[in-house]
Amino acid sequence: MTITDYFNLLWTDYTLRTITLGTAVLGAICGMLGSFAVLRKQSLLGDAISHAALPGIAVAFLITGAKDSNTLLLGALVSGLLGTFWIRGIITKTHLKTDTALGLILSLFFGFGMLLLTFIQKQPNANQAGLDKYLFGQAATLVESDVILMVVVTGISLLILLLFWKEFKILLFDADYTKTLGFNTKFIDTLITFFIVLAIVLGLQTVGVVLMSAMLLAPAAAARQWTNRLSTMIFIAAIFGAFSGVFGTAISASQNNLSTGPVIVLVASVFVLVSFVFSPGRGLLFKQIRFLQNRRDLKLQKTLQFMYDIVSTHDNISHPHAIRILNNFQGFTKKTLQQLEEKKWITLSGQQWSMTQKGFNKAENLYNQSDTND
Amino acid sequence: MQNPTYAIQVDDLTVAYNYKPVLWDIDLHVPEGVLMAIVGPNGAGKSTLIKAILGILDPIAGSVSIYGKPYEKQRKQVAYVPQKGSVDWDFPTTALDVVMMGTYGQLGWIKRPSTKEKKASLEALEKVGMLAFKSRQISQLSGGQQQRVFLARALVQNASIYFMDEPFQGVDATTEIAIINILKELRKAGKTVVVVHHDLQTVPEYFDWVTFLNVKKIATGPVKEIFNDDNLTKTYGINYKVAVNK
Repeated sequence: MTITDYFNLLWTDYTLRTITLGTAVLGAICGMLGSFAVLRKQSLLGDAISHAALPGIAVAFLITGAKDSNTLLLGALVSGLLGTFWIRGIITKTHLKTDTALGLILSLFFGFGMLLLTFIQKQPNANQAGLDKYLFGQAATLVESDVILMVVVTGISLLILLLFWKEFKILLFDADYTKTLGFNTKFIDTLITFFIVLAIVLGLQTVGVVLMSAMLLAPAAAARQWTNRLSTMIFIAAIFGAFSGVFGTAISASQNNLSTGPVIVLVASVFVLVSFVFSPGRGLLFKQIRFLQNRRDLKLQKTLQFMYDIVSTHDNISHPHAIRILNNFQGFTKKTLQQLEEKKWITLSGQQWSMTQKGFNKAENLYNQSDTND
Repeated sequence: MQNPTYAIQVDDLTVAYNYKPVLWDIDLHVPEGVLMAIVGPNGAGKSTLIKAILGILDPIAGSVSIYGKPYEKQRKQVAYVPQKGSVDWDFPTTALDVVMMGTYGQLGWIKRPSTKEKKASLEALEKVGMLAFKSRQISQLSGGQQQRVFLARALVQNASIYFMDEPFQGVDATTEIAIINILKELRKAGKTVVVVHHDLQTVPEYFDWVTFLNVKKIATGPVKEIFNDDNLTKTYGINYKVAVNK
């Protein structure tokens, strides 16, 4: 199957449509909530939470003996939240730093989860097969009810986001200040964290414990490159996430033996890479171009400044001067003169140049910071 | 025993990090309408004092009242300018947006700022001379400009008492003068301003009230009466005048 076949099949094939919709919605909610994690500098929290969710899945299976995905996700949610509170507790109650707390809880919970998984696999119960799909995810197992659940959760978190937009924003920027304004920062914080945990748990089935944090971080990190507005950033992150889901599913469906989760994560990483290089404001490419441009402009301005010093000794600023007198000036070339003329800062006639009013004003305000770029 | 004539009254305030007291049994009575500097060496607990008063830190003991009522009931009377370095200036937002945050407390939960709040924020930006930079992404502001934005955010709160944590740190002379003029204006309007300050040379020029702090409160009162060698030596542990004139 080629990618075109895939997109044609999308309209007719029920399973494919369900999976695509599921990964798209998942990408969107992860991008949206991942923006908060990135801006709070809690990027690794997602990784710890997703790993912490594993024992919950195993315990839920051991208790119920059924592989109903909602039950397992409930178990994942409980142990994910438990892990989060432990991390919080360690950070506030001990001298340990955040990274240590995250690392500790991540490996502790993941180790315990793996232990339970191997234990379950040794059980004489045919039902246990496939529980390890939560390690790396298996989008193919998504059914309509899973997708409906994702849509509902995304809808609720969007609603909460719009409702508490102002509170989320100020907490992200300046938590101490938020407290002095009388807001219950613990409540806002818990609300954000709860929805991040929820998004992670929803993604486990598709992307898996190990790669889940990339779903959260990659679209947000990419989106930050394109905008300086929080709302736009969250919107772009959701779009990037959704597209990663769709393209990832398309690529993995059109090739044999490519599991969906890793492909989605790789597509999201491509978004990050492209954004880091090509985004206009913060991208590496444009930064380099601006750097070169600035260097060229500075050269021009230096010449202009030199001319200004000559011109300002005369009453009439457009009084013509010989080009010859510039010869002693370092960094001056014929090209510089042409560029200055193109900018209408000077006029040239024969072997003489004279400054224009525009050039004079420019030179006068060259080192004045309030002068905006022309 | 609450004396309502004090703008800020702190009683028996004690704060500790990991069993080590950072502030020890602080009593502080600040009258209304003064411009007060808190001075003391590094680690004296100056920022901690402000944070404990504002409820950002939980004190082990002590109480804070504002105009004779518990602080929790008087939050709207109090504005705070944190240290500039306490936030991430690469956050995706504009100068105006940051100033608007000053109106969030008055608005309360959920309600969004309207044109009225926007107008007030623009006025505050103008007051600190930053109106031209209103749409600027905050990372593209200089240190002094960022400090002015923080000041504008506090001004828009329209409070009676202002707490500022080292507002002059890392700003140039122009900004320092601009800020101190605004603070003096606030005092003229009857507001009380408390500033954590590091430059002892400028204390007599800028402030009319001073608190010497070094874990314990050394002294508090009018600059004219208590800003002397005796208190400086007690606070800094060296003969300050001799050390400076060396």
